[in-house]
Amino acid sequence: MSQSPAIRRYLRRLSGFMGVYIVLIFAAGYIFRHMPPEKPLAYAIAILPALPILGVVWTIYRLLVEETDEYMRMLFVKQSLFATAFCLSIMTVWEFLQNYEVVPAGNGGFGAAFFWFVGLGLGAAWNRITGADGPCA
Amino acid sequence: MKNQLKPLRAARGWSQQDLAERLNISRQSVNAIETGKYDPSLPLAFRIAALFEARIEEIFEASE
Repeated sequence: MSQSPAIRRYLRRLSGFMGVYIVLIFAAGYIFRHMPPEKPLAYAIAILPALPILGVVWTIYRLLVEETDEYMRMLFVKQSLFATAFCLSIMTVWEFLQNYEVVPAGNGGFGAAFFWFVGLGLGAAWNRITGADGPCA
Repeated sequence: MKNQLKPLRAARGWSQQDLAERLNISRQSVNAIETGKYDPSLPLAFRIAALFEARIEEIFEASE
C-alpha cells in the first residue's frame, strides 16, 4: 500500500528515536562501566536511554492522532491494546513469581517496554491472521 | 452490515485503489468495507453515498 503521511511521519520519528536509543544505551553502559558517575549525575545518565523509549510511546500516540483513515486507525488501536494486554499479562505473572521468590528478582534488562513492543509486533500479526489487511507498525 | 459497494464500484469501472483515492482513504479500507469486515463511520458512509449519488440505505443494509 502507499503509506499515508501519518505512517511516513511515524516511521521517520521511530527511526530517529531508535537511533538515539542505540547511541544512548551504549554510551550509558560505557560510562557506568568505565567512569561510574556519582549521584545525582548517575540518575541523569541512567535515565538517558529511557528518554527515546518515551519518544517512541509519543510517536505511537501521534500516529493514532494523525492517521485520518479510520479503518487503519482502528487497526493501530487494536494492535496497541493487544500489546498492552500482552505486556500486562507477562509482567503480572512475572511479578507474582517474584513475590513468592519462585524466580529471582530483577528483569535481566527485559522491562515492560520490551514486552509491550513484542506485543505490538504480535498485535500486527494478529491483525493479519484475523483478516485485517493493514500495515505492521 | 451488507453493502453494494463492490457492484457500484464495478459499474463505474473503478478499482479498489480508484475508489480509495476518490474517498481519500486506503485501499485496505475499501477492501475491508466491501468484504463486510469493517462498517464505516457515519461520516464516511455519507461520503460514500455522496460519491455514488445515492442514499446511505441504498448502499448499506443492516444484516439480519
